[in-house]
Amino acid sequence: MKISMEEIEHIAVLARLSLSGEEKEVFGLQLSSILDYIEKLNELDTSDTEPTSHVLLLNNIVRDDIPRDSLPREEALKNAPAHTDKFYRVPKIIE
Amino acid sequence: MSLYRLTISEARDLLLKREITVQDIVSSIFTRIDALEKKVSAFLTLTKDEAFRGAEDAQKRIDRGENKSLLGIPFAVKDNMCTRNIRTTCASKILHNFVPPYESTATTRLSAEGSVLIGKTNMDEFAMGSSTENSGVQITKNPWDLERIPGGSSGGSAAAVAADECIAALGSDTGGSIRQPASFCGVVGLKPTYGRVSRYGLVAFASSLDQIGTITKNVRDSAIIMNAIAGHDPCDSTSAPLPVPDFTAVLGRDIRGMRIGIPKEYFIEGMDREVEQAVKEAIRHLESAGAVPVEISLPHTEYAIATYYIIATSEASSNLARYDGVKYGLRNEGKDLMDMYVSTRARGFGAEVKRRIMLGTYALSSGYYDAYYKKSQQVRTLIKKDFEDAFRTVDVLITPTAPTPAFRIGEKTSDPLQMYLSDIFTISVNLAGVPALSVPCGFTSGNLPVGLQIIGKHFDEEALFRIAYAYEQGTEWRMRKPAL
Repeated sequence: MKISMEEIEHIAVLARLSLSGEEKEVFGLQLSSILDYIEKLNELDTSDTEPTSHVLLLNNIVRDDIPRDSLPREEALKNAPAHTDKFYRVPKIIE
Repeated sequence: MSLYRLTISEARDLLLKREITVQDIVSSIFTRIDALEKKVSAFLTLTKDEAFRGAEDAQKRIDRGENKSLLGIPFAVKDNMCTRNIRTTCASKILHNFVPPYESTATTRLSAEGSVLIGKTNMDEFAMGSSTENSGVQITKNPWDLERIPGGSSGGSAAAVAADECIAALGSDTGGSIRQPASFCGVVGLKPTYGRVSRYGLVAFASSLDQIGTITKNVRDSAIIMNAIAGHDPCDSTSAPLPVPDFTAVLGRDIRGMRIGIPKEYFIEGMDREVEQAVKEAIRHLESAGAVPVEISLPHTEYAIATYYIIATSEASSNLARYDGVKYGLRNEGKDLMDMYVSTRARGFGAEVKRRIMLGTYALSSGYYDAYYKKSQQVRTLIKKDFEDAFRTVDVLITPTAPTPAFRIGEKTSDPLQMYLSDIFTISVNLAGVPALSVPCGFTSGNLPVGLQIIGKHFDEEALFRIAYAYEQGTEWRMRKPAL
């Protein structure tokens, strides 16, 4: 299956990746050949097969909602590339 | 004897008898690292000062008569497990400066038993790879042949254990990332059952497949570490609320009458002849020790890689969305928010990570979800059922860990699909969630280690330990060391 340049560009936008022209070309070829290989799965009839999203038979895990200490704000902010004393700082979003 | 050669149980024995101190072992390890690290390049961060402080503290506890299973044992930890106040990078530029404000449960439990962290090990970026060549920082060499890869993605941990640069290590395994490097480096690697060890603080790659496990010099050490790290953790909703046995209790129990399944799909055209011979010889050895080989079939084996590369990349594309230059790690200032996101990720991620994010994003994108993601989950059901069927008639399965010994640096980097195929014998195990262990079972004529994979039922790591220990003690492979 051949992936077009437009598709690669569309996926890159969804994935929030800016790709160079060369990367687009190489990924286009590589993803096409990987998807060709993955076509193999269509040899199997799975119309009556339930999907497995998780291997263990675990039900939803719930606990009592008891307040407890969380990570102090300065600890949570210390790895941020830019922050104020209370918030993460990002480029302006709203004009 | 050089102290860096010690296993956990040997070191604990000498410490308890007061024949050596923790500082002696830690000094020996760092002398070894100083001598070898330029050749092997297993570590991304060394925590020498913290290790000597830890050694002093551990020795005081020993002097007070404290007796913990890992008290004073120097450990290396793969750099995708968060260690509080110690840089954790996943070998990625995008996390080059990340210093976690919290500690993973697995390393918390190691510390609770008194272990001493000596450093964080190299890996394929975000654990995506089979050779550690995808590290954004450095290439780790195989201690048995410095022109070859150590395997991956836990290549740094496996190389460090094989080169005696630590006593034992933790790794993580999403599609073979503990077992394949253990096999290539001639050490013991265990991927426990999914849910057996908490993933809290393990940087997520593919959440339904990731599992933390051990890389050790022998089988006993793996059981000792599992006693420390296994068990339910309220911080990981996928950790299993099951009791944890004493894994060392089965070591030495004879294996007479145990039924070992030999899946015919794991002895295939194109696999290395010397690997095949070593594994068949190991099966004969187990048979002579009283185990009963049974030929069985796992009919969907040939679909495992295709299934894995949809599920793992889809989960990865979602998990790695968090690296956007806002909360931690690298930021590339852009002209607006979107530009900051896309340029930060373009600069921060390496080629393989981008490739997998692209593949996963494609598989989950509108119009393709049913054809790829849902289809893969359905085939995953069939693969899981293969194992359930097999385990109705046998106790464990025996296979090669990898189809070849360690390959040369650069040999497979240009063709991603060839690289993916090197995981052909390890991937099904993660899809099914069952535990598996790789134990050395011989060497090729070129003196490269070969690994035997033992696969068990969900939560039956004890069967793996029992078989692996019997095999290990009945052979002498563990005595061989790389000439470094």
